[in-house]
Amino acid sequence: MNIKSNNNNSVAGVIFDGFNYVFLALYGMLSVLPFIYILAASFASDAEISARPFFIFPHKITLEAYGLVMKSAVLYRSLGVSVFVTVFGTIICMFCTITFAYPLSKKNLIGRDFLLNVVIFTMVFGGGMIPTYMMVRNLHIINTFWALLIPGAINTTNLIIIKSYFQSLPQELMESSMIDGCTEMQTLWKIVLPLSKPIIATFGLFYAVAHWNDFFTALLYMNDPNKWPLQVILRQIVMLSQSTLATNMPADYVPPAASLKMATIVVGVVPIMMIYPFLQKYFAKGVMIGAVKG
Amino acid sequence: MSSDVLTSTNTKIEVQANKKYKRELTMRKLKRDKWLYVLLIPGVLYYLIFKIAPMWGIIIAFQDYSPFLGVSGSEWIGFKNFTDFFQNPDFIRLFANTLVLSLLSIVFYFPAPILISLMLNEIRRDLYKKVIQTFVYIPHFVSMVVVVSISYILFTTEGGPINNLIVNLGASKINFLGSIAWFRPLIIIQTIWKECGWGTIIFLAALSSVDAEQYEAAIVDGAGRFRQLWHITLPAIRSTIVILLIMRMGSVLSNGFEHIFLMTNSLNRSVADVFDTYVYTLGVTQGAFSYSTAVGLFKSLIGLILILSTDKIAKKCGESGLF
Repeated sequence: MNIKSNNNNSVAGVIFDGFNYVFLALYGMLSVLPFIYILAASFASDAEISARPFFIFPHKITLEAYGLVMKSAVLYRSLGVSVFVTVFGTIICMFCTITFAYPLSKKNLIGRDFLLNVVIFTMVFGGGMIPTYMMVRNLHIINTFWALLIPGAINTTNLIIIKSYFQSLPQELMESSMIDGCTEMQTLWKIVLPLSKPIIATFGLFYAVAHWNDFFTALLYMNDPNKWPLQVILRQIVMLSQSTLATNMPADYVPPAASLKMATIVVGVVPIMMIYPFLQKYFAKGVMIGAVKG
Repeated sequence: MSSDVLTSTNTKIEVQANKKYKRELTMRKLKRDKWLYVLLIPGVLYYLIFKIAPMWGIIIAFQDYSPFLGVSGSEWIGFKNFTDFFQNPDFIRLFANTLVLSLLSIVFYFPAPILISLMLNEIRRDLYKKVIQTFVYIPHFVSMVVVVSISYILFTTEGGPINNLIVNLGASKINFLGSIAWFRPLIIIQTIWKECGWGTIIFLAALSSVDAEQYEAAIVDGAGRFRQLWHITLPAIRSTIVILLIMRMGSVLSNGFEHIFLMTNSLNRSVADVFDTYVYTLGVTQGAFSYSTAVGLFKSLIGLILILSTDKIAKKCGESGLF
């Protein structure tokens, strides 16, 4: 694709190329180095963490921190909450977004333009945090898991990109399946969705990541600490325990071990890291579909 | 038959027949599409309940709202919440903090993905490019809590690697996380680390859509790499840059709420408080529902005006705009 192989014989060009490769390599390394350190430190003892400022391989590998993680009921529970919310939240989001995007992709549907304008309007103006909080409260789902699953059911940006994708599919396919006697729902399920695998993979991943990483929604709507997902607990463990930042902890508070902090961060990150390589080939394509079409 | 082509020659009966036909056509269309309307139900309900209905909640900004009295029982106080807010000394501080952070982000963060994508575009080995891309996308997928947690671990004065390095170089420890001076730079650095890689996707998409023939023709005409960059590569991403800049300017009063919230502590609050976190602190933790909704409304309205204006400006410059 790059037709630049013929004109790089100048000295400046070679120097630039060299600089380019090195700079990008450094940038790539910087992007992952913090994770490597955290991962390494999670397998190290507290003594080593305070003795050595920064390392990639621990001198002595210990599973102490993970042992603590396994024994902690709080962490276990929050992990369970996170998994539950991620799995069901993603299913609910994908269901709501796809069922809404499909009719909106039909240009000759009466009312479609109006609905689309309303939806786009919600991107630039909204009730805000307090009115939305009041609505959630009025629905009596505060402190229930529904509050983590429903208020974010449809992300408007995702909706618009998926709608654009459906629009880009050949209309004849859907028309011919209707002629063959399929209902709209069957057409969606049997014809359109199988053709939309990259999009489904991409946005399934986006929604899953959003649910797994969600911190504020849980903080806002869940009063019961037993219902807090992993990210909220992680914040408590790593951030609220820093005594130099005057976080109002009781006088006899014992901050968690450094290695425990590392291990908890690893747990907060690993599920994403595991899915990421499998879906990477899909999402670059998926995002570009949306980006180019706008 | 009248020979005047401008006036309709339909008799009353024909007009009525036309209307009836149009109505029947509409009814047929609705019937044909009835399952599409069924599919719309979850989405319509969602937007009604969680996006449209809360907009009516904005009226509590004009009341002295009490949750016990509800909307109908609370007293109407007109614009008092707004005047209170504008006269509050916090107002200037919030406005300044919000704007400064946004402008810093536009100046320092916004160009970063553009530069990186241009550099990536110059790489000829596809494998190298793909490997770098894989690495730099990763920070985008971790949560804000993880990013700030890692920052806390790296920058802490209690044995953090960065401070260790500083002490070894002879200087004294810096309390990055609690310092007023370091709050904004840290936010920008974190934002770049987390989002710059992911942000290159959209530019790389635009760059890869450039016709290879243009480059070939330029080389034949004797253009060096810099000229190719200036005349072919940069114009290819110009539209994308303008659109993204519009969107960013339109949201200049918004800052990443979770990010700021997580980085705010009692030591750096004077520079960390922005509109979004103020609304949360006052509204949710202190229960000042009306007042904080007024603040939120003020911010949303300014944002709306901004985004519509920047959209108009973009259209005047020849770009397609958002709406």
